[in-house]
Amino acid sequence: MKSAKIPQWTGDPVQPLPMADVASRVAAGLCLVEEARSNPDIWALTSDVLNSTGLVPFAKAFPERFLNVGIAEQSMMGIAAGLATCGKIPVAATFGFLASMRACEQVRSDIAYPNLNVKIYATHAGVALGKGGTTHHALEDVAIMRTFANMTILEPADVLETQKVMAAAVAHQGPVYIRLRRGPGPVIYQGELAYQIGKANLVREGNDLTLIGCGRTVGECLLAAALLTQRGISARVLDMHTLKPIDDEAIAAAARETRMVITAEDHTIIGGLGGAVAEVMAELGLATPLRRLGVRDIYAGIGGEDELLAKHGIAGPQIAAQVMQFLE
Amino acid sequence: MQTLTPEEKQELDLIANKMRSQIIEMFHVAGGGHFGGSLSVVEILVTLYGAVVRFDPAQPRWEERDRVILSKGHASGALCPVLGHWGFFDEGLLDTFNQLDSPFGMHPDMNKIPGCDMSTGSLGHGLAVGIGMALAGRADDKDYRVYVVLGDGECQEGTVWEAAMIGSHLKLNRLTAIVDRNRLSLDGATESINALEPLADRWRSFGWHVLECDGHDPAKIHQAIQQAHDYLDGPTVIVANTVKGKGVSFMENKYQYHYAILTNEELEAAREEIAR
Repeated sequence: MKSAKIPQWTGDPVQPLPMADVASRVAAGLCLVEEARSNPDIWALTSDVLNSTGLVPFAKAFPERFLNVGIAEQSMMGIAAGLATCGKIPVAATFGFLASMRACEQVRSDIAYPNLNVKIYATHAGVALGKGGTTHHALEDVAIMRTFANMTILEPADVLETQKVMAAAVAHQGPVYIRLRRGPGPVIYQGELAYQIGKANLVREGNDLTLIGCGRTVGECLLAAALLTQRGISARVLDMHTLKPIDDEAIAAAARETRMVITAEDHTIIGGLGGAVAEVMAELGLATPLRRLGVRDIYAGIGGEDELLAKHGIAGPQIAAQVMQFLE
Repeated sequence: MQTLTPEEKQELDLIANKMRSQIIEMFHVAGGGHFGGSLSVVEILVTLYGAVVRFDPAQPRWEERDRVILSKGHASGALCPVLGHWGFFDEGLLDTFNQLDSPFGMHPDMNKIPGCDMSTGSLGHGLAVGIGMALAGRADDKDYRVYVVLGDGECQEGTVWEAAMIGSHLKLNRLTAIVDRNRLSLDGATESINALEPLADRWRSFGWHVLECDGHDPAKIHQAIQQAHDYLDGPTVIVANTVKGKGVSFMENKYQYHYAILTNEELEAAREEIAR
C-alpha cells in the first residue's frame, strides 16, 4: 500500500480556482452564529481553542450559551451530552484530532450510543494544520467516526456549502461530526446550492471517469478534471459532502456510467472516503476499477497544507498525473 | 433542615433490604453480576429516590425532574430495581436482566430503561454529563438538581478531576456528587493499587464543598444531601463511606465479589441473610 513516487503533471497548468476571502474556520463560526440567531437552543462549547475554531463571534453574540471548558476535550463532549439531554443543541468545537481521538470514547459512549443531539465541530481536518505535524493532523477521524452507529459525518467543500452543512447539521436530530478546515479554501459553489444530507453534489459532468472528493479535495478534483481535458479526458467530479450515510446511488451511477472511479481525500486511505466508496462498489458487485488517493498508511510529515497535499498526491496536478498513470 | 423521621428511615431500610434481595435474584437469573458495587450503593440510591429526588414515574423525561447519573454504571444491578420499585416500569421485567435484548443490563441504557437519565458504563464519564445538565438547568432558570453517583475507584480516572475542575469553576451549586467509598475496585484495595486518600482533601482542593457520611444509613445520607442543598457557593461532593458487598457477610469487603457467579450454597446463604 505504501506508495511509489507520486508522478508529477507534465502538461500546462490551469487557472486556479478563486479563493474565498475568509478562512474556513471563520466562515464556519459565522454560519453557526446565523443558525443560533433563529434557534435559541444552540450552544457552542470549546476547549481553549476559541480563536482557532472561529467561535469568537458566537461567544460575543451569545455569551449565555457559550462555554469554554479549558483544555479538557473529554469533559467538553460529556458536558455537550448532558446539555443535549436537556433539549439543547450543543456544538462542541475543537481540532479534529482531539475531537476524534482524545475525546473518542466520550463521543462514542456519551453522544453516539445514546444518540444525543450533539454537533461535533472539528476543525483543522486532514493536514490543514500542516506544520503542526503528525500530532496535529486529523487523518484518521473519518475512519473512526464512521464506525460509530448513529453518527452522521459532513464535510463542506467551501464557504457556501459550509452554510448549508451547518444548517443541515443543526436541523438533523442526532449526532453529527462536521469536518472543517482552517484557512481560506477555494470557491466551488456560486449562487444557489441545493443541499441534502446523504446526497452527493455533481460539481462537474463527465463520462470517462469519476473523481470523488470531500472537503478540500473537491477543489483539487476540479483542478485535476480541468487538467485532464488537455489529454482529452472527461472527468466527472462528485462532492461527497456526506461521508456517512454515504450516497451509494451516486457511487453506483459513477461506477456504471464511467470507466474508473478515483477517490481523493485529505485523510488516510484506510476507512475514510476511499474505504466507504470501496465498500459500496464491492457490495454492489461493481467491477469498475477504483483507485483511492490519500495519505497511504504513513504519517504525513511536516509542511505547509498545500505542500503536503501535493506530497501525498491529493493536489489537483498530482491527482491528474496519477489518473494518467492509472489509465496507462 | 429537613431530617428523616425514624419511621421514614426504617421504611428506607426495608426498601434497601428488598433491593438487595432483588439484586441477588436478578444476578442469579442472569448467571452473575456486579455484586460488590451494587450492594454498596443501595442506600445511596434508595435515599435519593425515596426521600430526595423529584420525579414522576409516569413521565420519565419530565423536564422539571431531578437528574440522577449512575456514573459507576456497573451498579446497574442496583439502579434497575430502584427504578422498578418507584414505578418507572413493572418490576417483573427485571427477570430479563442481562438476557438478549433486555432493557436491563450490566450497564444502564437511558433509551431503554424508563427513568434512567444517562447511559453509563465506562468510568469517568458521568460527572461531565452532570455538569451539562446542571448548566442547562441554570440557563433555563429551572430548579431541578443533578446527582452524580461515582465509584471511589472511578476517581482514579483523570476525567473525574477534569470535570471536577470545571464543576467548581462554574459554581454549579445544584450539582451534587456522591462517591460510593467502598474502598475496593476490581483488583483489590484502592489504597494499595493507586491510593485515593486523602480523597476528601483532594476534592476540597478542586474547589468542592465536601461532606462525609455513613453510606449505609439513609438518615445520614439524607442529612448530607440536605447540607449539600444548603451550600450555595458551588457543587458539593459527599464521600459516602460504604462496605463493598454490604448485606451479604461473605461478600463484605471482598474485592473477589466485585463481579461474581454464586455457587448454590452461596446463593442460599445470601438469600437467608437478606431475609433475616
